Amino acid sequence: MKKIVLWCMSTLTVLVLLFGYHTSTSSQAAATAESSTVTPVAGSLAATPSTSASATAPAAATPSAAASATAAPESTTATTTTVTGSAADTRYGPVQVQLTVSGGTITDVSVIDYPSSNGKDQQINGRALPVLVQETLDAQSADIDMVSGATYTSDGYLQSLQSALDQAGL
Amino acid sequence: MNRTAAEAPTRYVEHVMGMPISLALRGRHTTDRAARDAWAEVMTELRDVDRVFSTYRADSVISRLGRGEVTVEDCVPEVAEVLALAAAAEHDSGGAFSAWLPGPDGVRWLDPSGVVKGWATERAAAWLAQLPDTDFCLSAGGDLTCRTLDPDGPPWRIGIEHPTDPGRVLAVLPVATGAVATSGTAHRGAHLVDARTGLAPTGVAQVTVWGDSLTAADIDATAAFALGSGAAVWLATRPGRSSFVVWADGSTTTVDGSATI
Repeated sequence: MKKIVLWCMSTLTVLVLLFGYHTSTSSQAAATAESSTVTPVAGSLAATPSTSASATAPAAATPSAAASATAAPESTTATTTTVTGSAADTRYGPVQVQLTVSGGTITDVSVIDYPSSNGKDQQINGRALPVLVQETLDAQSADIDMVSGATYTSDGYLQSLQSALDQAGL
Repeated sequence: MNRTAAEAPTRYVEHVMGMPISLALRGRHTTDRAARDAWAEVMTELRDVDRVFSTYRADSVISRLGRGEVTVEDCVPEVAEVLALAAAAEHDSGGAFSAWLPGPDGVRWLDPSGVVKGWATERAAAWLAQLPDTDFCLSAGGDLTCRTLDPDGPPWRIGIEHPTDPGRVLAVLPVATGAVATSGTAHRGAHLVDARTGLAPTGVAQVTVWGDSLTAADIDATAAFALGSGAAVWLATRPGRSSFVVWADGSTTTVDGSATI
């Protein structure tokens, strides 16, 4: 149970960061816009494995001034802010998360410290993972080899993008 | 960026477990006997897995286990292996993922499908890995594992499907060697549930996870989707994989787990 509480605390750290970001923006309009995009993360507290999480969520929302102790914007442009949380102990080990907020929306969550207690993880982490190129494209112009999507059934396959790719190569 | 016809991979498609299995090969063995034999072995192995693990077959080992007619000890060892993977995922996700899903009557029934697909596909790909001087990309219904032998060779370009507009891709992931898995409800409706409630998760439309292991990527994509709006925060705790979440409102979050220590 204690580990669950720690996990919630790490989630809270993320939340606190977000509210800390609010205090650094003076525009009321911006704060309003952000609060709507923050909702999914706040909702995640209820989804994390503890009933105590929902009870602590409102508490995190109020003392936004205290958040500045743990979070400070590292780099700010007109639309993008990056904030780094303090390392939090979770059930998986220490986790430190960096958030990028752009235009009031969380656009990136980077893990800059994470559990690495076993050899398998270190082995996995030895090689850099591919980096996503985010761009909405028509399939024809994307020049792709294979499609990753929600599970295709055989029935739905004939209408699918993967089917078009397979036929093109057959 | 467009490739010539000579560089286009050779493709194979067959259906098993109610879904299409797509293979792309490039390199020395693409159309010869060795390539066709390896493909045949892949399909034979996936059909064997289906006979053991299909929840649609009343006579499958997993169906009989779920009804209590046999014990795990009575089953082939792969059953214990899959159930152990499911148990670890259930623990890691705080119960949102489970091989025991609550039915409408509240009674839980055994369905380890969330583990089986990625695990089986990764196992079957071992047949392709034996082809010398040959690159492969093997996809089972949108979850895939690929290999590129030449470190300077072109990576496989993986399109991440748009969850509500399946004719388009939201992003492209260049993968030399690794695995990509996506969970969502685009093609099968709301069949994925949060095992704690038996209800469809809310807030999230699609989760894509990539890393070295398809088994791990598939499990994490399924578990993160089950966590609903908590998907991205949970994924940030998973070592050695990165992920891409599409929320119900169409916004997206990239979770970069590739940082080295």
